[in-house]
Amino acid sequence: MELAAAKMIGAGLACIALVGAGIGIGNVFGSYLEGALRNPGAAATQTTNLLLGFALCEATGLFGLVIALIILFT
Amino acid sequence: MKMDPMHQFAVEPLSAHPLLQIAGHPIYFTNQALWMFIVVGAISLFMVMATSRRSLVPGRMQSMAEISYEFVANMIGTASGEDGLRFFPFVFTIFMFVLFSNFLGLLPGSFTVTSQIAVTFGLAAFIILLVIVTGFIHHGIGFLRLFVPKAPFILLLLLVPIEIISFMTRPISLSVRLFANMLAGHTMLKVFASFVIMLGGAGGVLSLLSVAPFALIVAITALELLVAFLQAYVFAILTCIYLGEALHLHDHH
Repeated sequence: MELAAAKMIGAGLACIALVGAGIGIGNVFGSYLEGALRNPGAAATQTTNLLLGFALCEATGLFGLVIALIILFT
Repeated sequence: MKMDPMHQFAVEPLSAHPLLQIAGHPIYFTNQALWMFIVVGAISLFMVMATSRRSLVPGRMQSMAEISYEFVANMIGTASGEDGLRFFPFVFTIFMFVLFSNFLGLLPGSFTVTSQIAVTFGLAAFIILLVIVTGFIHHGIGFLRLFVPKAPFILLLLLVPIEIISFMTRPISLSVRLFANMLAGHTMLKVFASFVIMLGGAGGVLSLLSVAPFALIVAITALELLVAFLQAYVFAILTCIYLGEALHLHDHH
């Protein structure tokens, strides 16, 4: 029983990874908008980098999810 | 009634008897294999139909095929340079497979092929193997320079292990990103769907409230359509970047 409870707590703690992912994604889009409003001409050329940065940031949060799943289901 | 949001990811054999035995392990034809066939069939049908009656002024189907071709060709051109275009068939296949599995997985009652880590890691491991083989064919043993950035010698002692570790984790991050995105999105949809059922069955005013999670499901489905495309795009463009690095090492900066 204690092990089951500890697993639940651990899985919940793994969700703290979302803090970093949220800050990161906010940074990516915020910085993009800042740059795009200063120089709208160059904005369209940087969408690839924008999406790439977004995906790389998001992945770190999802690693937390994967760890939560591993804790819960093993 | 038990509502399990993870039930949709269960791989189940479709026939009672295994197809064949390999070293004592039974090999079944599963729902995952069926949906992989459906995905490949859908891509083939789409491309064959789109290119069967070609005309100078493209119709709807033909322009969809042409847009996807140009999209991938531009992606390779910007991410891995013009000589990366020889990998066009490979990258196009990967992109279309991931895109169609993501989109077909959004159909109600379907099975999402890319929500299985076995599938995504298989793809990612193949990509990294191709990157390594390409690098060694092009640069010989000099491919190992990929792990040595331009820096003073003292820093290299620190940087080289970091570069090697970051290269080693690429297949893991590439596969986990796609798999976890699909898993999280579909689980979220099912969790909200169970809210609708629970509220609807509660009776009285609560039944009327079930409209709220239902509206949210519609919105999340739209978001998932975006994510399905975005993840296919990211998967393909990271493939291009890795291939481009193997072709050019650090020269293109």
